[in-house]
Amino acid sequence: MSQSHVPPQTGTLQLVSRSTYVKETLLKSLFFLCAFAFVVAVALIFVFVGWKAWPIVTEYGFWRFVSGGVWSSGSEQFGILPLIVGSFVVTLGALALGTPLAVGTAVFLSDVASPRVRSFVRPAVELLAGVPSVVYGFFGIILLRSIVARFTGTLGFGAFTAWIVLAIMIVPTIAALSEDALRSIPEGIREASYAMGATQWQTIYKVVVPAAKIGIIDAIILGMGRAIGETMAVLMVVGNAPVFPKGVFAPLSTMTSQIVMDMPYAVGLHRTALFAMAAMLFIFSMLLVATVRLSSRLGSRS
Amino acid sequence: MNKRITNKLALGVLWGAAILTVAVLGAVLLYVFVNGIRVISPTFIFTWPHGVNAEGGIWPTIVATVYVTALAMLISTPIAVLAAVYLAEYAHQGRVVSTIRFAADSLASVPSIVMGLFGFALFVEAMGMGLSMISAALALSLLMLPIIMRATEEAIRAVPKYMRWGSYGLGATKWQTVSRIVLPAAAPRIVTGVVLSAGRAVGETAVVLYTMGQAVNMPVTPLDSGRPMTVHLYLLAVEGINLPAAFGTALLLIVLILGFNLSARWILRHYRKV
Amino acid sequence: MSVSLGTQTLSTHSGPTKVHVKDLSFWYGDFQALTGISVDIASKATTAFIGPSGCGKSTFLRCINRMNDLIPGTRAEGTMLIDNADIYGSGVDPVDLRRRVGMIFQQPNPFPQSIYDNVAYGPRLQGIRKRAELDSIVEDSLKRANLWKEVKDILGKNGLTLSGGQQQRLCIARVLAVQPEVLLMDEPCSAIDPTSVQKIEDLMSEIKETVTIVIVTHNMQQAARVSDFTAFFLQEFAGEPAELVEFGRTNELFTSPVDKRTEDYITGRFG
Repeated sequence: MSQSHVPPQTGTLQLVSRSTYVKETLLKSLFFLCAFAFVVAVALIFVFVGWKAWPIVTEYGFWRFVSGGVWSSGSEQFGILPLIVGSFVVTLGALALGTPLAVGTAVFLSDVASPRVRSFVRPAVELLAGVPSVVYGFFGIILLRSIVARFTGTLGFGAFTAWIVLAIMIVPTIAALSEDALRSIPEGIREASYAMGATQWQTIYKVVVPAAKIGIIDAIILGMGRAIGETMAVLMVVGNAPVFPKGVFAPLSTMTSQIVMDMPYAVGLHRTALFAMAAMLFIFSMLLVATVRLSSRLGSRS
Repeated sequence: MNKRITNKLALGVLWGAAILTVAVLGAVLLYVFVNGIRVISPTFIFTWPHGVNAEGGIWPTIVATVYVTALAMLISTPIAVLAAVYLAEYAHQGRVVSTIRFAADSLASVPSIVMGLFGFALFVEAMGMGLSMISAALALSLLMLPIIMRATEEAIRAVPKYMRWGSYGLGATKWQTVSRIVLPAAAPRIVTGVVLSAGRAVGETAVVLYTMGQAVNMPVTPLDSGRPMTVHLYLLAVEGINLPAAFGTALLLIVLILGFNLSARWILRHYRKV
Repeated sequence: MSVSLGTQTLSTHSGPTKVHVKDLSFWYGDFQALTGISVDIASKATTAFIGPSGCGKSTFLRCINRMNDLIPGTRAEGTMLIDNADIYGSGVDPVDLRRRVGMIFQQPNPFPQSIYDNVAYGPRLQGIRKRAELDSIVEDSLKRANLWKEVKDILGKNGLTLSGGQQQRLCIARVLAVQPEVLLMDEPCSAIDPTSVQKIEDLMSEIKETVTIVIVTHNMQQAARVSDFTAFFLQEFAGEPAELVEFGRTNELFTSPVDKRTEDYITGRFG
């Protein structure tokens, strides 16, 4: 049997130095505080915007606010239904126009373009995502509006113009994110499809796009979030009439544009109503984020 | 074969989509460029606007834009980098980390008008800093934080494990390893993230409108107000009186942002050590 | 002093023990990687760990300087003493342990810094700042690592520009700069060219006088060349923990192994 004796436990190793331990713990706490600052910031936004918006519930009535069809600050009527409708009309139209273009571009970049073409197009798309909204709005109000006006005999402000401007704005975002999702699909899936005699297009629409479905939907959701929250570009082309849109070329208003229009002179309940719309926009964007996170988590499990 | 014809058609449509995208976006830029380039001159860049029609130049707006962006970079970079260090090096997966990430994603998606009103309610009114560079910088940094943090976290994770193990194997503490080996190796990507977020800040309008105001002013201290280029462009556009100046402003704005984005790419390519 | 394997004993050394291990078991989460490892590693000698790949040699090596602590979910039980001090004792600072027990990895991993800064990294960690002092440490360490002549004029160059073999010697110099008492080498020669292997084996025999070396190697000829003692590890069945089958003086173990499994491995019946 073993003869190894058990030596006495005299320590020659240094125990954890107190100062090092304290320093490392303090540093870790500092970093944690920095990370937690994000949570604090979101909470603060919630609190402040919500606090400024709260009186609309107590003094005006939430349901009346949300379902009222008349927005007229002069007569203290703050029904935002026309604005909600306006926001959705503008957003959904932009999505309808922009999504096919964006996803088509994304599919092009991931599956059709040669590396050389891609090395030119993808950076172009990414760089254009950085162009500020006010420039797109400027383009809309100066050029697009007059073109639309000439062709339709209206002033050129309205949903149609807004659709085009917003669509142009969200295409780079949706395209870039969709392409990332498509590229993350392993090459082997495509090869398997080709091996079974499928053409490139068949492979794309039967195999690749469905595989990237979740990522593409996430991209569209984020594009939607960007569209709904878009302020300046929409403001400049939408016509700013806080009424239910009477037609595609008639002026309307969105929640975001109305806030900017009225803020300079809004007081009292009027200002509260504006903050209340901001609060709703904030909650809505957080819901979109939560949806994307949830879908990613569910998707990765399946 | 029907299959082949469909294939060719479909591929053609995809090519068309890509060409249309690039063309439309290119057309917007071209339109601004063609109309704006005639206005650009040293006078335009370096003199003040005067008169009711904002004749002259846009110098104070350029200064305001650069000033507030630099201030926002100073505020947001340390916080975002250290937050990323926490998430990448110290944190364990769990409720707290999920909450932090959700908050970061939410912060990145906040509509700019909401951030503008929030900045107004908190920084301008409640904290009494008034319409100023610092109010705007604080509001902008909230938008920049998630961008820098995401880039930094990716950069830190890209540093190979065996490099850290080399450091630990020599008897370094975690902080020594992070500060002397990991962060320097991650630096190019971090800088890229910072520069990209600056590009975003330069293009913001609604946020700065409510935190900086729109009075044309040459900001000196952080408590001074001013008018950034984006707001200037907006006002010129809706008033419609001085379109040449508007085009010039738009062009300079695009040049500035594209400059930021292109340098971000260049930094990444040039300095990648890892 | 001798070590048991089953009921047989093999005489090993009568000199001092640097690392005393008794009944060490190790888990990665739920998976047990090592069971009941007991061995005494002689001071100022070279001990080789041999055995088929994936059988826990590297895991055990990493227990000696507690590098496994960096992997989440790991757990060790048993006794491991260095110079009679329990390195897994409560309150022991693994950072200080790693300064005294250095490690060379399979893949050379110099920092993306100059050669000088690589070697000076360890001393700087300990607060040595004076240029003259650092200069002499750097020169001394590079000489001991058999690399000084090749790099003495290019100390400012990035360490990554060196060849694989040079990078590994740079890593050795880097570790030697903190003057460890024990040097753990995890298959240090598997990824580099034969000339560098020769240089590394040469430097090992030179520093042996002052440093206890433990080397994990796949190459039995290398084990036979450089080591005084050899330990044979084996994971008999997949999914089972690995164990230390036999330990003894290198020439005895290779010429007349006691355990049949050792003999089978050495003669190449399995690898």
